[in-house]
Amino acid sequence: MMTQLPALQVVIPLLASLFCAFMKRGTVAWALSLVASWAVLVVSILILQQVLESGPISYAMGGWEPPFGIEYYVDKLNAFVLLLVSGVGAIIMPFAKRSVGTEIHSTRQPYFYTMYLLCLCGLLGIAITGDAFNIFVFLEVSSLATYAMVAMGKDKRALLAAFQYLIIGTIGATFYVIGTGLLYTVTGSLNLVDIAGQLDSVNNTRALVTSLAFLTVGISLKLALFPLHVWLPNAYAYAPSFATVFLAATATKVAIYLLIRFFFSVFGAGLVFQSLPVSEILLILSVVAMFGASIVAIFQEDIKRMLAYSSVAQIGYITLGIALANSNGLSGGIVHIFNHAIMKAAFFLALGAVFYRIGSVHIDHLAGIGRRMPITMMGFVIAGMSIVGVPGTVGFISKWYLAAGAFENGQWWLVFAIMISSLLAVIYVGRVVEVAWFRDPSGATLEARDPPPAMLLPILIFCAASIYFGIDTTLTAGIASQAAELLLGGLR
Amino acid sequence: MSGSDLLLISIFLPLLATLLIPMFDKWQNIREAVTLTAAVLLLVTVVSIFAKFTAGETIETSSFEVLPGLPLAFDVEPLGMLFALVASVLWIVNSLYSIGYMRSHDEPRQTPFYMCFAVALSSTMGIAFASNLFTLFLFYEILTLSTYPLVAHKADEKAINGGRIYLIMLLGTSMLLLLPAIIITAVIAGTLDFAPGGILAGKVDDTVLALLLALYAFGIGKAAVMPVHFWLPAAMVAPTPVSALLHAVAVVKAGVFTVIKVVVYVFGIENLTKTGASDWLVFVAAFSLITASIVALTRDNLKARLAYSTVSQLAYVVLGAALASSAAIVGSGLQIVMHAAGKITLFFCAGAIMVATHKTEISEMVGIGRRMPITMGAFLIGSLSIIGLPPLGGVWSKWWLGVGAIDAGHEWIVAVLMISSLLSAAYLLPIVAWGFLMSPPESKPGDRVEVTEAPLACVVSICITAGLCVMLFFGANWVESKLATMDFGIQSGATALIEGERHGR
Amino acid sequence: MQILETIVGHYNQWITVFLMVSGLYIVIARGNMVKKLVGLSIFQTSVYLLYLSPGKILGGTAPIIDPNYTVYSNPLPHVLILTAIVVGVGTLALGLALVVRINEEFGTIEEDELFGKDDDI
Repeated sequence: MMTQLPALQVVIPLLASLFCAFMKRGTVAWALSLVASWAVLVVSILILQQVLESGPISYAMGGWEPPFGIEYYVDKLNAFVLLLVSGVGAIIMPFAKRSVGTEIHSTRQPYFYTMYLLCLCGLLGIAITGDAFNIFVFLEVSSLATYAMVAMGKDKRALLAAFQYLIIGTIGATFYVIGTGLLYTVTGSLNLVDIAGQLDSVNNTRALVTSLAFLTVGISLKLALFPLHVWLPNAYAYAPSFATVFLAATATKVAIYLLIRFFFSVFGAGLVFQSLPVSEILLILSVVAMFGASIVAIFQEDIKRMLAYSSVAQIGYITLGIALANSNGLSGGIVHIFNHAIMKAAFFLALGAVFYRIGSVHIDHLAGIGRRMPITMMGFVIAGMSIVGVPGTVGFISKWYLAAGAFENGQWWLVFAIMISSLLAVIYVGRVVEVAWFRDPSGATLEARDPPPAMLLPILIFCAASIYFGIDTTLTAGIASQAAELLLGGLR
Repeated sequence: MSGSDLLLISIFLPLLATLLIPMFDKWQNIREAVTLTAAVLLLVTVVSIFAKFTAGETIETSSFEVLPGLPLAFDVEPLGMLFALVASVLWIVNSLYSIGYMRSHDEPRQTPFYMCFAVALSSTMGIAFASNLFTLFLFYEILTLSTYPLVAHKADEKAINGGRIYLIMLLGTSMLLLLPAIIITAVIAGTLDFAPGGILAGKVDDTVLALLLALYAFGIGKAAVMPVHFWLPAAMVAPTPVSALLHAVAVVKAGVFTVIKVVVYVFGIENLTKTGASDWLVFVAAFSLITASIVALTRDNLKARLAYSTVSQLAYVVLGAALASSAAIVGSGLQIVMHAAGKITLFFCAGAIMVATHKTEISEMVGIGRRMPITMGAFLIGSLSIIGLPPLGGVWSKWWLGVGAIDAGHEWIVAVLMISSLLSAAYLLPIVAWGFLMSPPESKPGDRVEVTEAPLACVVSICITAGLCVMLFFGANWVESKLATMDFGIQSGATALIEGERHGR
Repeated sequence: MQILETIVGHYNQWITVFLMVSGLYIVIARGNMVKKLVGLSIFQTSVYLLYLSPGKILGGTAPIIDPNYTVYSNPLPHVLILTAIVVGVGTLALGLALVVRINEEFGTIEEDELFGKDDDI
């Protein structure tokens, strides 16, 4: 059993999704998804434990030994990502029942859960597999499920958002396959570990650089790196609340993991950052994202859209950490993957609860909502403090690492850039706080009250986590800095 | 109970009150009782810490590493002890005053008001007992965030705007300047622990040192050094108890307290004297001191005038820190205490006048002394203490600052201090003079004016703080001797100096 | 002469690149959603060619071990592309389904008209 854990990680949600599709009632499908999500979390915890105790796990899928068979390879970095994805899935499931229940027609609910489980399976698969082409397959499994989930949004514009996402997402995935194909022609292998080994003997050929370029652009489309982020705000804004929570907390994070994996483990920081100007390009794009997207966020009327732009900005922080390519910076980037997932989950859950009560998340409809739904909006405020980077919250930890990394590289102006961009976050979070607490309630808001415990609990868990991991960082920053050391150790 | 437990209690006790207060949302009396009980228990805790501290016990908590090199830890040193004592004593008085004020004003949303207040007190304790820059910064930011809802409490256009300025300026300066300064310090010095003699000594050249000091001086926006003082007048839209405790005591004092801590324990005063890196700050502080007093003269709104007076008085503390001589630091520490007692009295009076007569402008307060003799009497005492006249506490801080200035070779500062005292007399005393000597416009000369004081709770609090101003004149020696035990990390020390001065007196 | 040889010798690559670029061009330049999907399919198809052509070895035969043959083609790219074709079909099906729904809701599948209706998107 213990040796089959890596396979179980993806097989459980895959099988569960199959059964889900045949369910007649939404509640049964929900219960099945709940069980599957929790089972997956248990598996990922066991995997992490195993990795921390006895080093990386290599699992030969179907008994076909690598490099010819598909290998599942888990080290500290992706064990961490697995825990993040499955943890978010497990915690938000109790929220789904009512939220999905009101936002999606009852006949479609089983299909929605099917899509959710497929998406979970795909994301976990991307994180766990050590085979470049297998990654593509899981990438498409998760993406296709995501397009369908987004399209199920109540607003009919959700369809347009889903179509837009489908076109851009497919281009991104195809770019990824092109890159992988070139890598295959150069090395004759699809196994990531094997490719990394083969690249030692391959010189800086044009095919290799082209492959890197295609992979970078393809993955960047998926992770919504500025200016390839256009699909994200619409998709997040019009998707059902539950889908937004899940996607915002996990989908882009897994793509970022992929970028880190290719940059550091496969190509090696030496090629990517020393002989090519990747660092400079990434740095500039990250800073533009941090400012541009934050400023756009300030002017959004729809709060879900506002937070979607904020996500683009926060992804800028993570890619900034990658671009810094030193120990502190990369640790900051990796830990921010986790931290940003926590705070965005809390944000979107709170908004989902508001949507559940008043049927809108437009800023004008939120007047006085803080007085009617104090616990929910307190959750929003704590997530807001986190995103601003108030000390004592997870956001501060990320910012500290990133700023220290920037200062170490001698780019002191970046320290100030990071801080100014956090101030922009104060403005867009503050805007909501002002309306929610200092305006008098009216209309639908008058009747609103905090949602039932099943919806409230996930919000509280993420808020508690965003404070707890802001103070006790042994798990998050500890693993992140170890993973960073490991990745940078591959500097060739 | 061990000292370290007491330290943690002093921080968590107000937080516990924060959790309890909303449970009694419906029962006002119990809710207020919770606040008062917490305040009394906090004072008991702080006093017992003080007792252990004077007994010579070292009190420190074990440190908890948030990140490598970023520990959360608390300890007790003289200046922090003093700050904690001031804040916890005044919290009791202020709670009493709040109850009277908030009820007779019939303010909405009192439950969140008391909750935020308790969080603010908890973070004040955290600042006072922080044993490193990171811990201090953590509570510094929580203090900003917890007082923001108090500033915007009224929730009208003006309050929301005031809250905006408050939040953006305080968070902005702290994140844009203070946090980078802390990060740079951490990278250069390799530690953030407060240490006698400073942690930066000998590690950076003079220019960087001066630049870093600038980042700190302006980054600690709560110290309200011009030109980052705008938030303070903006914060005056808050209910008066907030202005009184937070914007005359806790928040602004947290700012100047941080400045002193940074100067003494991060830069090291010997280091600063040697390199002269803080000379420019002397000028900035002196400028701030005079200019704010002049601006105060032009303000007709009583609370706005008091706010600018606070800006000016805070500059004294920064001045003392910038002079970087041990006598000046003692003066700064004294000024924190003396100004706290004086200014809270003045704000209490302003609030009492507002509750009793709904007057906010000074020009409307002609003859007010006849209607509210106790309040205006207290106002006189508070004013005299701020101006720095015996027999009130304010005189000692000015005395020590003067001595410190001469020690540091900035004799001209003595003149600045005198001019400033004259200016503060000019903006405070006319209020008292018109209040007592002229008759109210609505009554005919010779008529007997009916006495209409504020609610009893308010009047009692006013009397207590006014009494404190007088007591501090006589108790100053005691405060000085406590401050003199501060470890400056230089041989001469302040102890000998104080002994010498005392004989001379 | 050498240039000509390079071009002719890599004719399969040139076709790949041509298909890739023209597919991408259609996706970007056409406003009709069905045409966009057509472009997307062409783009994806070019990748199949990219994988398959290096798998073919001149003179090689199907990779079934037989004493009469010594040179075999690489089977792996074919397997991979089978998977990719399935993914491509899935994407196309989902895309078309979305287009049908969009047509039902908005009454058009021309992007120009959709943008005219909704400034938000």
